[in-house]
Amino acid sequence: MTATPLPEHPDFLWRTPEPRSSYDVVIVGAGGHGLATAYYLARNHGITNVAVLEKGWLAGGNMARNTTIIRSNYLWDESAAIYEHALGLWERLPEELDYDFLFSQRGVLNLAHTLQDVREGVRRVNANRLNGVDAHWLEPDEAAKVCPILNVSPRTRYPVLGATFQPRAGIAKHDHVAWALARRADEMGVDLIQGCEVTGFLKDGDRVVGVETSRGRILAGRVGLAVAGHSSVLAERAGVRLPVQSHPLQALVSELHEPVHPTVVMSNHVHVYVSQAHKGELVMGAGVDAYNGYGQRGSFHVIERQMAAAVELFPVFARAHVLRTWGGIVDVTPDASPIIGTTPVEDLYVNCGWGTGGFKATPAAGWTFAHTIATGEPHPLNAPFALGRFTTGALIDEHGAAAVAH
Amino acid sequence: MLLISCPWCGPRDETEYHYGGQAHVPYPGNPADLTDEEWAAYVFYRDNPKGPFAERWMHGTGCRRWFNVLRDTVSYEVLAAYRLDEPRPALPGRADVHQPAEPAGGNR
Repeated sequence: MTATPLPEHPDFLWRTPEPRSSYDVVIVGAGGHGLATAYYLARNHGITNVAVLEKGWLAGGNMARNTTIIRSNYLWDESAAIYEHALGLWERLPEELDYDFLFSQRGVLNLAHTLQDVREGVRRVNANRLNGVDAHWLEPDEAAKVCPILNVSPRTRYPVLGATFQPRAGIAKHDHVAWALARRADEMGVDLIQGCEVTGFLKDGDRVVGVETSRGRILAGRVGLAVAGHSSVLAERAGVRLPVQSHPLQALVSELHEPVHPTVVMSNHVHVYVSQAHKGELVMGAGVDAYNGYGQRGSFHVIERQMAAAVELFPVFARAHVLRTWGGIVDVTPDASPIIGTTPVEDLYVNCGWGTGGFKATPAAGWTFAHTIATGEPHPLNAPFALGRFTTGALIDEHGAAAVAH
Repeated sequence: MLLISCPWCGPRDETEYHYGGQAHVPYPGNPADLTDEEWAAYVFYRDNPKGPFAERWMHGTGCRRWFNVLRDTVSYEVLAAYRLDEPRPALPGRADVHQPAEPAGGNR
């Protein structure tokens, strides 16, 4: 008996170049945001002498650990603008990148379980509509029509009193998003360099001129940081203090099931969010661990509470088995909004503070960060998200719409 | 789950406690003299070290008192727990102890 031969290994999607001694732009972090930044530096600004440095492997950090949810139903004008820009980009990226990363606009329900939740939800729906973001307020029976397995009985511990609904929201296959961006960036000349940890910065006075890495010195005209949970650790090496705190955020998947869950359901109050992957796993998340941490694992009691909420909201899940859990490290700002912009060090730019919601913003983060790096000035979409807002007090408080407790 | 020793009640599960962020951040000594940058530093900027970190915890389901914990943010090892009126314990033999930044206008 002869074994069936394995299929041919597919062509690699990007080159594996040796780092050169200098680049116009060095991006630190080959996650979704770093790759999107490199892609838009090349596509929008014609800057292709770019390296993306990654200490581990491409898209192996938070990009590989998120729950793949995409939506733009944020409260404030500044947030609605940038997340809606992202959603618009998501809608055309599969064609633009010629890569089907399974972007599925199946809608998102954000459940309300208290009178305050209801008021916040209705307010956010109105704010969204004023900002051109699709949003509806649904009564419990209407929410159950969108998601028939949702338990809207009034006899649960925290009954569903209604929900916001954004039909254009959805999910995408995160790994494929990264690979699609990486392939195109690589084709346009960007060097994607894995296994290359940035350990320090080369400075000339108040200006950054390169990076020290585990593979030697690399000079750079400009340096952009897109390293999520490690932003403050890295920025500190450049002499920049960031108002972020790093927390573990974990997620889990069940074994595979037949399609049962047609949309995305999130609940701030009982705290669980669920979608079903194309393959069939139920993908679930909850809040961050309260304490600071860099270990890529979360506390068990968070999972316990999340499971209790999930089983009450979806009784059909009661016999589902958890297949695996994992954690990422998220960098949380005081107002639950990101920081994208310049730093006190010239030619050093930072994209961080996305907390628990960076994946959905990937294209817009890349678009605006690339603009900022290319021109030295913020794009109108990221100007409000500058580091200086913590001094001026012009905060963008999205704790309510961030949908994950942090 | 973390096992944290409340200085008054002894070792209890993490779920009995409430987290309060960085310890040893005093209110500015001369608040009227602070610049906007110094206020921003006091209100919004905290240390975020990889390694030992002095932080506040409150024993919510026990004595409801605040205290400080030295905890490693990578290994999650609880290195010490001490009362608010006690100094931060030294960690002999640990070269990697993070030196906290001096808060604006504050005094320790």
